[in-house]
Amino acid sequence: MSTLEGTPNPEAPNPQLPIVQKLRVRYAKRDRLRFTSHRDFCRAFERAVRRARLPIGFSSGYSPHPKISYANASPTGAGSEAEYLEIGLTEPCDPAAVRQALDDSLPPGLDVLEVVVAGQGALADRLQASVWTIRLPDVDVDAAQAAVDAFLAADAVEVERMTKKGVRTFDARGDTLSLGVAAADGDQPCAILTVVLRHDTPSVRPDDVLAGLRSRGGLQVEQTPVAIRLAQGPLDEETGTVGDPLAPDRDAP
Amino acid sequence: MPVESLFPRLEPLLPSVSKPIQYVGGELNATVKDWDAADVRWALMYPDAYEVGLPNQGVQILYEVLNERDWILAERTYAVFADMEAVMREHGIEQFTVDAHRPVSAFDLLGVSFSTELGYTNLLTALDLAGIPLHAVDRTDDHPIVLAGGHSAFNPEPIADFIDAAVLGDGEEVVVAISEVVREWKSEGRPGGREEVLRRLAVSGGVYVPQFYDVSYLPDGRIQRVVPNRPGIPWRVTKHTLMDLDAWPYPKNPLVPLAETVHERYSVEIFRGCTRGCRFCQAGMITRPVRERSLQTIGAMVENGLAKSGLDEVGLLSLSSADHTEIGEIAKQLGDRYEGSNTSLSLPSTRVDAFNITLANEFSRNGRRSGLTFAPEGGSERLRKVINKMVSEEDLIRTVSAAYSHGWRQVKLYFMCGLPTETDEDVLQIGELAKKVIEVGREVSGRKDIRCTVSIGGFVPKPHTPFQWAAQLDHETTDERLRKLRASVQSDKRFGRAIGFRYHDGKPGTIEGLLSRGDRRVGRVIEAVWRDGGRFDGWSEHFSYERWEAKTAEALADEPVDLDWYTTREREYAEVLPWDHLDSGLDRDWLWEDWQDAIDPSGAREVDDCRWTPCFDCGVCPQMDTEIQIGPTGRKLLPLSVV
Repeated sequence: MSTLEGTPNPEAPNPQLPIVQKLRVRYAKRDRLRFTSHRDFCRAFERAVRRARLPIGFSSGYSPHPKISYANASPTGAGSEAEYLEIGLTEPCDPAAVRQALDDSLPPGLDVLEVVVAGQGALADRLQASVWTIRLPDVDVDAAQAAVDAFLAADAVEVERMTKKGVRTFDARGDTLSLGVAAADGDQPCAILTVVLRHDTPSVRPDDVLAGLRSRGGLQVEQTPVAIRLAQGPLDEETGTVGDPLAPDRDAP
Repeated sequence: MPVESLFPRLEPLLPSVSKPIQYVGGELNATVKDWDAADVRWALMYPDAYEVGLPNQGVQILYEVLNERDWILAERTYAVFADMEAVMREHGIEQFTVDAHRPVSAFDLLGVSFSTELGYTNLLTALDLAGIPLHAVDRTDDHPIVLAGGHSAFNPEPIADFIDAAVLGDGEEVVVAISEVVREWKSEGRPGGREEVLRRLAVSGGVYVPQFYDVSYLPDGRIQRVVPNRPGIPWRVTKHTLMDLDAWPYPKNPLVPLAETVHERYSVEIFRGCTRGCRFCQAGMITRPVRERSLQTIGAMVENGLAKSGLDEVGLLSLSSADHTEIGEIAKQLGDRYEGSNTSLSLPSTRVDAFNITLANEFSRNGRRSGLTFAPEGGSERLRKVINKMVSEEDLIRTVSAAYSHGWRQVKLYFMCGLPTETDEDVLQIGELAKKVIEVGREVSGRKDIRCTVSIGGFVPKPHTPFQWAAQLDHETTDERLRKLRASVQSDKRFGRAIGFRYHDGKPGTIEGLLSRGDRRVGRVIEAVWRDGGRFDGWSEHFSYERWEAKTAEALADEPVDLDWYTTREREYAEVLPWDHLDSGLDRDWLWEDWQDAIDPSGAREVDDCRWTPCFDCGVCPQMDTEIQIGPTGRKLLPLSVV
């Protein structure tokens, strides 16, 4: 996560106004717009900022960039109720009004849920773990439970993922803090996994957990799974629960 | 009857295809209307990938014009990539619109906008995926009317078998007129079926229905005649011209995609038409006369477009934007308004004119001085006279000198190769010109790091231009000429690295030539290429010359014509051209005289621009009952509205 700090360099071309307020934004990627890639979202958000006429700060230089920093974006195709970013403004604004203006300026499906004034400390440091739900259509709950049990019983579960540098092998088990199974409502069989993943490098993703369930627990998934991030925030190591990363800002004086 | 969305079936398949965002829609300012509340429903297609098609102005304008009427519904569809096509075939998913994911086959009309002939194979993919028979004659009352528009529709003969109708010219008014005919026919209970609604469209004289015309051929392969085969069908079909562009300030609600597209800017067409008279330029010939938007309308469109879209770049488009009568004021006043706002303005500047540098300076007040593009088109002064592009070497040197002295470091020059009467010597002159440009640039800037990029396209003769009778240069000779040019520049150590070349091989130009001036027999070639896997022919990574060459030979084996006959053969005055029954307003005899003026052995004669000199009788205004609409208005931008 890049920083929004720093005073503009008056020597640089296109000197810009200083940042006087930082706001933290929680937003959701829902329904069909979960197929928005992070790059796509960045462009859409910058346009929304302009449509909303926010007094956004810019970097100086030949090619000024708006002061927006993104934290730990979810993968393309995954839905999310808990994405975060930070913006730097050149005039102080009412966070509730900013939330409304940004939400009105984004297409339905990219929804701005909350905006708070940034307090002390870096937002990225608070994003330590995520809660995911993974919907598995046509998968029987008992079969899913058996695979989960096998997965959890292992000390380590090696999975492979294609990265820009080629196939990478890493452990998906260690950062899986909890993994539960439930049945979805309705007539069709459908298992729903709830998983808490610690953020690490490389970060274990829902896809990696499914790969581990397949290799270790023999889980067969024919229909396309849908993963949704429900929360991300500070991790309580004792209880394994994920807190609200904006709570310290909200409670700040 | 309600039409169900295909999205629930599509959604689980999207993670397996590349760039799934291009298929989900949900763009800002997209419109989804109640299916049952509309009397007439259009699917609008741009026959290329979403990233190319979405920014297309024509589709965006018609989408908005149609959807503004409460009785019309319009949605958009684009060409799907090969991976998506395979997935759709495997799972039996039809060609869909991105707005509400409705099947294209359920619409009343499928309107396809062709900017280039290389989109023809993509039309066939879309028809096939939609479950619409490829051949118009095989369609029933249940299938949409397939309608072609765009510049390529000025010769739709190569796709005559696949379309039900074609429309020439500006679409804004005629799409509503067509919708009215379809609504009336539907409300009467569809009397006479498909044939009757097509007949009603055709008798208006403004919609071309190929199946109502018979084409006969002479033994040597030339066309004998094109004759209406039903009573009441007009002999000629005329183009449409929108007058008073200020009354049509579209797009008002620009579509803003989530996916990355080829143009990430809000575009305002500052005028339509061009009378510069460049003899190779189809766009300039078929869009006459010049109709300007006023400075105040342009200012209001820019303000509204930026506010509605959130884009930070504005393009002021036209065929020759610096020719707007108030371009200096537009540049200055918009420059003042957006200075310091991190909004950038751009003018595709193609004319070689020192005034362009003043404009470019206005448009780059934030300090960015990257590159400027000019299009002398012909390497030698003799050749520039042939094509009626009146730029002297002196003009060019003065212009680039001004550019380099204002801090621009890179100039891009655009040329064509294969123009009528061209010799090796004309093409070698391109290199000499580029060397002079670098020399003067080094001199005035006092810097060594200046560059000149020479970009070269192969000339393709187009219908409705004075060069419609010309022989196209074969791609072997084109490539050979350009090899000599490159060698002559690279052999000179003083310029080797300062001059860059951009040129792709000439083969796609040969196929573009076949499709541009082809007749109905070329339809067999298109279909054979498509059946053999031809897709996205405008993309060099997908285009296969070998396939086109082989399928052309096969499909035309029983005809006295071949690939060369369509491309490298010069036509005579008396030959019936495939598009002679389609009226762009241009007088055929004027075109022929202009062609003769171009190739006169004693030297080409030039034609001036009728905006500033008397009418030269090209025929468009009297034939179409139109007139030149230009300023200056002498007005100022209206103040920004308070939000």
